[in-house]
Amino acid sequence: MAQLLFFGRLGDLAGGAERTLGLSEPHAISDLIGIIGASDDLLGSALAEPRVRYAINGAIVDGDALVEDEDELAFLPPVSGG
Amino acid sequence: MRTDIRIVSLPFDPESELATFRSSLQNAGGLVSFTGLVRPSSQGGEVSILSLQHYPGMTERGIAEAVAGAASRWPLEAALVIHRVGEMTPHEPIVLVATASVHRRAAFEAADFLMDFLKSRALFWKSETGAEGRQWIEPRDEDYADAARWDEG
Repeated sequence: MAQLLFFGRLGDLAGGAERTLGLSEPHAISDLIGIIGASDDLLGSALAEPRVRYAINGAIVDGDALVEDEDELAFLPPVSGG
Repeated sequence: MRTDIRIVSLPFDPESELATFRSSLQNAGGLVSFTGLVRPSSQGGEVSILSLQHYPGMTERGIAEAVAGAASRWPLEAALVIHRVGEMTPHEPIVLVATASVHRRAAFEAADFLMDFLKSRALFWKSETGAEGRQWIEPRDEDYADAARWDEG
């Protein structure tokens, strides 16, 4: 199972900061956003906003990066500062 | 350079942390520290709870890179960064940055640089709870501009 992490206001939109997703094959992040958006329009469009960054296993990547079944995918909205 | 970077979920005592940091110094001629406090009010009015979320591991790595960046710009003997996460109430310390160097200017500038990083680029997500409920906060334009002062080219 891939672990999805939603930070900041994205966690409110997702109804929780974490979610798991079974992936039978690797998917690009942009495809996963499409899959999420198909069942949750509001969350899907929030994840697709240009200011949201992505990290796979703690490293910043772009939307073409592939997510595998054991990966941790984090959605990072603009940071708030400490 | 010695570095001490900590993300803490419980209150901390900036004065005792600073005393420990100072007593560890060998060659420094100057120590600069900044303590950030939770503000009792913001644009939305009075704040009763400030909540700060981070990404364990990645947030610490980002701060460590910023501290390494400070060490490459200024001759520092040591740097300390302590940052609270979780729920806080007004007036509580939220951040402590301390830098020490042989001469004062390096310590002043490095502390300023690290605070600008923490306020606009570190992986923290902040929400404030007040009379109007909870709302997520983004950096002010001024915070971005402060951080951009240190960008090269």
